[in-house]
Amino acid sequence: MIPGPFAYHHPTSVKDALALLADLGDEARPLAGGHSLIPMMKLRLATPGHLVDLAGVADLKGIRAEGGDIVIGAMTTQHELVGSDLLAQKIPILRETSLLIADPQVRYVGTLGGNVANGDPGNDMPAVMLCLGATYHVSGKGGDRRVAAREFYQGAYFTALEPGEILSAIRIPVPVAGHGHAYQKLKRKIGDYATAAAAVVLTLKGGGEVASCSIGLTNVAETPLWAEEAANILVGSRLDAATVKQAVAAAEAITSPASDQRGPAQYRTKMAGVMLARALTRAKARARP
Amino acid sequence: MAKTQISMTVNGAAVDALVEPRTLLIHFLREQLNLTGPHIGCDTSHCGACTVDLDGRSVKSCTMFAVQATGADIRTIEGMANADGTLHALQEGFREMHGLQCGFCTPGMIVRAYRLLQENASPSEEEIRFGISGNLCRCTGYQNIVKAIQYAAAKLNGVPFQEAAE
Repeated sequence: MIPGPFAYHHPTSVKDALALLADLGDEARPLAGGHSLIPMMKLRLATPGHLVDLAGVADLKGIRAEGGDIVIGAMTTQHELVGSDLLAQKIPILRETSLLIADPQVRYVGTLGGNVANGDPGNDMPAVMLCLGATYHVSGKGGDRRVAAREFYQGAYFTALEPGEILSAIRIPVPVAGHGHAYQKLKRKIGDYATAAAAVVLTLKGGGEVASCSIGLTNVAETPLWAEEAANILVGSRLDAATVKQAVAAAEAITSPASDQRGPAQYRTKMAGVMLARALTRAKARARP
Repeated sequence: MAKTQISMTVNGAAVDALVEPRTLLIHFLREQLNLTGPHIGCDTSHCGACTVDLDGRSVKSCTMFAVQATGADIRTIEGMANADGTLHALQEGFREMHGLQCGFCTPGMIVRAYRLLQENASPSEEEIRFGISGNLCRCTGYQNIVKAIQYAAAKLNGVPFQEAAE
């Protein structure tokens, strides 16, 4: 399969990339790892006249601690997330999630920024970002702004990004030391999108009661979901079976998956509940009061 | 569409060429450089038959434009043999352990396994299976591919290869 013709641009600064996107207008698309865009171009479902490759923009790379946050450049690859000692220590759910995305070759090239900015409900990182309360740095020709991940996703492939803007970095508040985490994903095979998946970050008190809890759900609606009510139900509990069942029901209630090759909608809703229950069990086992 | 000048290193040799920006790396390698070792299998970035080593990463060359590889150092199966012409330990392993049947996936498997062993010289069986999970084989059932990689790892580490009990 051969994509339609386009002109290739490879700026080396964010400023130049934004100027190109502004000048070229609707015909231009930014290119990150390309593992969502290039397949769409090969199918001619996307036919941009210009590609603005962000690979040469050094400012979009890297993982750094900044106060109580970790800031990750949008062009950081999944492979680099997996290999980061800082992330393994501070936000281990990112490594766990990255290893469940696609396959080794795709992880060498696929980027965190592409994964969260594309707006594909099948992508795994968006629900993790909702769970962690991340903020996206957005750059445009008119200036920079910050958008909460929980307010970024509007529909399948529709996000708060305006034409000409790029997502330049992801800012994540570091969860408290001793937190428990899990990303639980049901997929048919390596490389598949989730039938359903759940991200959990929680903290426990000395007596084993849940002090705080946050839950994200993947691929069971047009957008990633932040299951706020389900998490609130769990706070104060010891994750006993009856309370977990109540939280699972609350999480299932906000899903609206499509029926597809991964199963009928009802099944996928139930699997979101099963993934949540399993993620809670694993997160609890990892948490230290 | 105007062609773009690109230059890169492929199997140790400097390459300069003109390509359309839309030329995929796999098409450039196969059709302009006549390197037909990397195969086009699924053409959708699932099967890994097109895998090449690019700047220390295993990449699917069907899902990358040749222009993106400007300045890169690329190795394909054609560049795997040792400088003296003898087989690389992985090639030898695939032969000795019967790691292929039809052979279509083999160039991608070997190039991927090369990078895996660069990053982890003594992988467990589970790590090998996870490490080659982006490469599909429809003949072997993977058993002998795993053995071939274990054979190569042992040889490169200078230790005797012992086949695990069935």
